[in-house]
Amino acid sequence: MTAAPEHAPTMARTTLRDRLAPYAPFLLVPALAVAGFLAVQNPASWLTLTVSGLAMGMMIFIMASGLTLVFGLMDVINFGHGAFVSVGAFVGISVLLALGQMTGAPSLGLNLLAVLAAVLAAMAATATMGWAFERVIVKPVYGNHLSQILVTMGGLIIAEQLIIVLWGPEEIYFTRPETLKGALTFGDAAIEKYRLVAVGVGLVVFAAMRFVLRRTKIGLIVRAGVQNGEMVAALGYRLRLVFVGVFIAGSALAGLGGVMWGLYQEVITAHMGNQAMILIFIVVIIGGLGSVEGCFVGALLVGLLQNYIAFVEPKLALISNIALMVAILMWRPMGMIPVVKAK
Amino acid sequence: MSDPILKIEGICTNIAQYHILQGVDLVVPRGGVTMLLGRNGVGKTTTLRSVIGHWRAHEGRILFDGQDITQLPTAAIARAGLGFVPEDMGIFADLTVEENMILAAISGPIDPARLDWIFAAFPPLKTFWKSEAGTLSGGQKQMLSIARAMAEERKLYLIDEPTKGLAPAIISTMARALKDLKDQGASILMVEQNFAVAKALGDTANVMDDGRVIWSGAMEALANDARLQEQLMGLSMEAHST
Amino acid sequence: MIRSLLSGDMPRSKFLGAILLVILICLAFAPFLFPGVRTVDTAARICIFVVLVASYDLLLGYGGIVSFAHTMFFGIGAYGVALSSTHLGRGFDSLIIGAGLGAILAAALALVIGLFSLRVRAIFFAMITLAVASAVAVLVSQISSVTGGEDGLTFKIPRELGPAFKFGKDLFGGELLGVKLNGKLLTYYLIFGGSLILFLTLLRIVNSPFGRVLQAIRENDFRAEAIGYRVVIYRVTATCLSAAVAALAGSLYAIWLRYVGPDTTLSMEIMIDILLMVVIGGMGTIYGAVIGATLFVLAQNYLQNLMSGLSSMTEGLPILPELFSPDRWLLWLGVLFILSVYFFPTGVVGRLRGQR
Repeated sequence: MTAAPEHAPTMARTTLRDRLAPYAPFLLVPALAVAGFLAVQNPASWLTLTVSGLAMGMMIFIMASGLTLVFGLMDVINFGHGAFVSVGAFVGISVLLALGQMTGAPSLGLNLLAVLAAVLAAMAATATMGWAFERVIVKPVYGNHLSQILVTMGGLIIAEQLIIVLWGPEEIYFTRPETLKGALTFGDAAIEKYRLVAVGVGLVVFAAMRFVLRRTKIGLIVRAGVQNGEMVAALGYRLRLVFVGVFIAGSALAGLGGVMWGLYQEVITAHMGNQAMILIFIVVIIGGLGSVEGCFVGALLVGLLQNYIAFVEPKLALISNIALMVAILMWRPMGMIPVVKAK
Repeated sequence: MSDPILKIEGICTNIAQYHILQGVDLVVPRGGVTMLLGRNGVGKTTTLRSVIGHWRAHEGRILFDGQDITQLPTAAIARAGLGFVPEDMGIFADLTVEENMILAAISGPIDPARLDWIFAAFPPLKTFWKSEAGTLSGGQKQMLSIARAMAEERKLYLIDEPTKGLAPAIISTMARALKDLKDQGASILMVEQNFAVAKALGDTANVMDDGRVIWSGAMEALANDARLQEQLMGLSMEAHST
Repeated sequence: MIRSLLSGDMPRSKFLGAILLVILICLAFAPFLFPGVRTVDTAARICIFVVLVASYDLLLGYGGIVSFAHTMFFGIGAYGVALSSTHLGRGFDSLIIGAGLGAILAAALALVIGLFSLRVRAIFFAMITLAVASAVAVLVSQISSVTGGEDGLTFKIPRELGPAFKFGKDLFGGELLGVKLNGKLLTYYLIFGGSLILFLTLLRIVNSPFGRVLQAIRENDFRAEAIGYRVVIYRVTATCLSAAVAALAGSLYAIWLRYVGPDTTLSMEIMIDILLMVVIGGMGTIYGAVIGATLFVLAQNYLQNLMSGLSSMTEGLPILPELFSPDRWLLWLGVLFILSVYFFPTGVVGRLRGQR
């Protein structure tokens, strides 16, 4: 049971290199932006690309954050997470289409109200769905990755098919609300308004999430639970309840991400969650499974790189993500910000 | 003996296919330190983990303060008034010392007087209050782990090898703090390999072997009987009695 | 003799043995028992999917590793044959070279992915294969100058395998039991024979010491590591073997269809089909692949008719006709899939063998 007592004092002194190491991932984002500037060689295009890369990254982050926390807390890997993205998009866009009068009016207030209604509807729908998903699909297979992957994949298939049953098999095209159309120009650079909105929303979500995780007791419980769930329970907290809460919140965020992604693409399909899932996986793997900060940095890297490469060498855009993943895993096999598990 | 704080009746616990506990009977009286002794691998840690519910006893029952807690979820057991210091200390490395302590106080902010008492017992915790717990030294982590259990008044403290792997100077700090806790009237169930510490702190002793408690009695009686020690625990205790 | 062919891994259930025997006989004499273009095509698909699913079972059922790149390996084999036949000219040598290079490439790719992900955590493998496979699928449809893009490639197989090639005129008058003796028949037996050999090889692999260690790892990887087995090496080897066999199955499929395209070999739908076949048949049994693939391919071909019947029956009711539309057959498979993982994780074979 217990090994012979071993004496292992830890050294408090660390070198500069060691102290910088935790921040290295955060420095990668500006480094990539600079590299992008050198590759693009045109300030106006670079600005446009950077903003759209950040916008894309923010949206992926919003979709992926729940997945990484759910994994960190309970070691549950949800291959059906993409279903929340699709459902969120379909519910949200349906609401927007129903509110055509408000979205068509050239009034910022009315437009935002419509978008807010769409987002709330989508988040409510995916939160409910997340709750049901956890109960019916995930709960019976705790602690068994193999079954988890199979069963949640099954859940994804069912959700995707149900979307087709309810909304039909065709993709749905639509246009953004009136005041979110078009672009702002900065010098020679044209930046779509919606992308700025997406970046703003992403920053707000990240800041809010960090606030909750750092400054509230619930957040402390979640962070502690990611490291050592057993001990959190031994202190008297019902980890399962916390987990269900995180699962629901993560599902709602995926729904929000779905609406935003839909508005970005101006088309939604039943398979969009499936496609988003691939980016989400890449992001959580390179970020370090269980780490919200890693997920954020990873999402920005993926978004920026994809946009720069698409401009410089379109054919490579697809495999750029895979290449990024390979490079990061060679550098840090557990991802950029690995979560220390106390076990 | 009055009504005991903890009564373990014939529990059996399996881990995977291994039968670790094979009918453990144990009584922890109110007030004072109950020692759980024995060689490595005889089921001491498993006994503590079965009480807190990290592993489930499939037979027998555990009565805590008169309540059957055998089947309760871990969180409910802890809330019934148990403070747990696991063998691996179980500190949250990415959280600061302060945040670790905030989490430890389940019913609200820590009482300032209590915090002062903890700081007095473990001065480094005050120094590193805002540091991440992962940057602490091994001894400081152990202090934090015990301090967490002490953050609120508990009916019973379960402490698993508080001196494991520590330097002699820190062991005496630890022993002093535990003595302090004991003097406040706390009930403690403690696993200890360091016989000197066990002798100094323990009131009653229980010796385990092969998944059972094979001897119970006064700590003093065991401490003063070298032959009994050898018979119960073999020579391994000798190595630890510094 | 039978025992040694089956590597000592007998069906261990009379009923299961009988079913397997019936399937074997039906497949072996399919062109004679069920003459007809569609039925023979179904039989060939069953043969190929049995191998494909069995190779996946080596990974999932024996190795405990979930991969979403199995269709990628399948596709590599198929494209290998198609490209070599296109560029090296029609001939058996092209087929062999294409299939061989396909299998080697698949194994090499599996090695790289395996080394990257299995070294860290087994679940990385599932996520990374999903990402890589989807990237490859899109890549294949994009570099259309080489792969034919979405349209795929149609290619010529050796003359001897074409329907125009007739034989046995002198001996049987060109017909046997009313079946025309032509190249298509030969192709069927090439597929059947190739599949049988690959299947028996897989059976041998899982019953070898290697297969047993793999199972020990699946049960408890820490313990296997502690006993001294290099878990990563075993897992990566299983991945490579499974990828190579999948590629060979892909080659057979391409030969049968004389065509490759993203939809027939690389799509996510086929990946999901494979998962369903493995789970329904029974993970970790290899024989489950036979049952799963047979049931599934038959159901795919014939059950959809039933669904369209149900759909028209419920016409006029809200949503129901939509739910029963044959296009929604994946929906019901998804439900079936989840239920099987929960309630009989050992699948049909496990049930027949009387284990839980």
